[in-house]
Amino acid sequence: MSALTKTIAAFDPVAARADFAILKREVYGKPLVYLDSAASAQKPRPVLEAMRAFAESEYANVHRGVHFLSATATERYEAARQTVRAFVNAQYTDEITFTKGGTEAINLVAQSHLSPHLTPGEEIVLSVMEHHSNIVPWHFLRERQGAVLKWVDVGDDGWLAAEAVAAAITPKTKLVAIAHMSNVLGTVTPLKQIVAAAHARGVPVLADGCQGAVHESVDVCDLDIDFYAITGHKLYGPTGIGALYAKRAHLKAMRPFNGGGEMIAEVTREHVSYADPPARFEAGTPPIIEAVGLAAALDYLAALDRAAVKAHELDLYTYAREAVRGFNWLRVIGDAPGKGAILSFETAGMHAHDVATILDREGVAVRAGHHCAQPLMERFGVASTTRASFALYNTRQEVDALIAGLEKARKILG
Amino acid sequence: MDDTLRELYQEVILDHSRHPRHFGALSGATHSGEGYNPLCGDRVKIYLHVDDAGRIADIGFEGKGCAISQASASLMSDMLTGRTVGEAEKLMGGFLHLVKGEAAGDLSPDDRERLDVMAGVSAFPMRVKCATLAWHTMKAALEGGQGSSTPAKSE
Repeated sequence: MSALTKTIAAFDPVAARADFAILKREVYGKPLVYLDSAASAQKPRPVLEAMRAFAESEYANVHRGVHFLSATATERYEAARQTVRAFVNAQYTDEITFTKGGTEAINLVAQSHLSPHLTPGEEIVLSVMEHHSNIVPWHFLRERQGAVLKWVDVGDDGWLAAEAVAAAITPKTKLVAIAHMSNVLGTVTPLKQIVAAAHARGVPVLADGCQGAVHESVDVCDLDIDFYAITGHKLYGPTGIGALYAKRAHLKAMRPFNGGGEMIAEVTREHVSYADPPARFEAGTPPIIEAVGLAAALDYLAALDRAAVKAHELDLYTYAREAVRGFNWLRVIGDAPGKGAILSFETAGMHAHDVATILDREGVAVRAGHHCAQPLMERFGVASTTRASFALYNTRQEVDALIAGLEKARKILG
Repeated sequence: MDDTLRELYQEVILDHSRHPRHFGALSGATHSGEGYNPLCGDRVKIYLHVDDAGRIADIGFEGKGCAISQASASLMSDMLTGRTVGEAEKLMGGFLHLVKGEAAGDLSPDDRERLDVMAGVSAFPMRVKCATLAWHTMKAALEGGQGSSTPAKSE
C-alpha cells in the first residue's frame, strides 16, 4: 500500500457523515450538498449531545456560587479552556481567553493590546486578503487614533510571500495581522517565517486562525506567535464562542476590554481593580454551554487523524479543480502552492448570485458575494465570486453535484 | 428545470440583463442616485432628466450586478420613462409590493402585466434585494435630487 492510500484510508468520510444529521436532509427535494463550511461548519452529534447533557445535568453560572452545580459548571468551563490550550498547543491554560468568536478575539487585541499605546502615524501591517474581521478593528484605530494601515499584496496566484510582509515592516510598525488561511483563496500563509521576520524587528504578530485552525494543525509555541484567534462555529462547534491565544506577557500588559462582572478584583464607589487574565477579558456571564460544545468539537477533531482529514479535503479540492479546468467560462481565483480546500471562482457573463441561486435549487449550498473580503475582490478586479469550501464530511459525489449544477447554470444563464 | 427557477430566469429577464435598455450615464441629468447592496457589493447609479412639467423625460443607469438586478434596472428605466413623478412613485410602490409577494395594489392591468416577469423573485427571498436595488435608488434620486445616495434597504 502506498503512503498516500494509507493516509486516506485512515479517515472515513462516509462514517463521519453519519455524525452530522443535517447532511441527511433534502432541500427543494434534492439531497443537501453543503459546500459552505468556510462560512460555518455543521455540528456533529457529539457536540450537540455534550451541550444538551451539560445543560440538562450540570449547568449553572460559573465562577460565582459556592453550590454544587456552580462548581461543576466552573470545572467544565475551565476544562474547555484546557482543551483549547491543547488544541493550539499553548504552554499555559491562562493564555486562552474565551470570546464570542474570532471577530471579538481580534477586536480584543486591537482595543486592549494596541490602542492604549498607539500614537498617530504608527503602522499596522496586514495583507489584502484579510477578512473584514481582521481589517475593520484596525480601521477603527486608523479613524480614532491615526494609525496607518500598510497593505501587503498577494501574487496573482494568491500567494503571500513572507518577504513581502517583512518588507512592509518599518520602525513605526506596531503589529502584523495576517490570516493563517484565506477564507476566499484558500492560501495558507507562511506564518512561521512571517513571525520570525516580524520578531527580528521587534514587532508582534496576530494570526486570524478562523480558517487555518480548521484545516491546519496549530502549534502556537512552534510558531512563536503572539496572538492567535479562533472561532468555534467553523471548527464544527457552536456559534457564540471563540478564543484568543495570547502570550502571557502580552495579556498581563493588556487593559480590560468590556467592563462587568467576573473581570474585576474589587469594586468600590471610588475605585475598581481588575482580575488577572484571562478573567480580566471575560466580562459578564460567558458562553458556558458553548464552551462545553467547543471542547466537544475539539475532542471530536482530536480523535480523527487530522492529516488524513486534510488529505481527504485536498482530494476533494483537487478533484473539483480538475473538473472546472475544462470550463473556459470559469476563472479560479487562488492557486497558491500548498493552499487549502477552498475553490473560489468567477464565471464569465454570470453573476455569482445567479450561479448560487441555480446551484441552490440543485441542493448545492455555496457562498456567493464578496466573502467579507472586499479589498481582495478589488485586488482581483471582481465584485464577487462563487465559493465552494470543502469539509471533512464532503464527498466526491458532492463535487459531482457541484459540477453538474455549474453546467446547468451555464445552460440557463450563459 | 424546476418551475420557480424557470420563472425567475425567464427569457425576458435574461434578455434585459444581456441587453439592458437605457444603459449609460445621462448628461444634463436633473436627478441622480447611487445604490449599493452590501450583501453582494453590487452598485447601481441612476440618472434622470425631469422636465419642467414634472415628467421623467429620460433615464440612464450604470452598474454591474446579477441578472436580476440588471434586468430590473432595465425594465424600470423602460417603464418609467415618459411618466410624471407622481405616476412613477405609484408604479414603484406597486413593484415593491409585487416582488415581496404582496398585493400590488392599484397597478394598471398593463403595468401589472409588464412587471409580471419580476414576480417570480418573490419565491426567492434572498434575491428580493437584487430586484429592488434600482427601484430604491430611483426613489431616493427623485426625493433627493442631484447626487443623492442610498444604501440598499433591507427587505
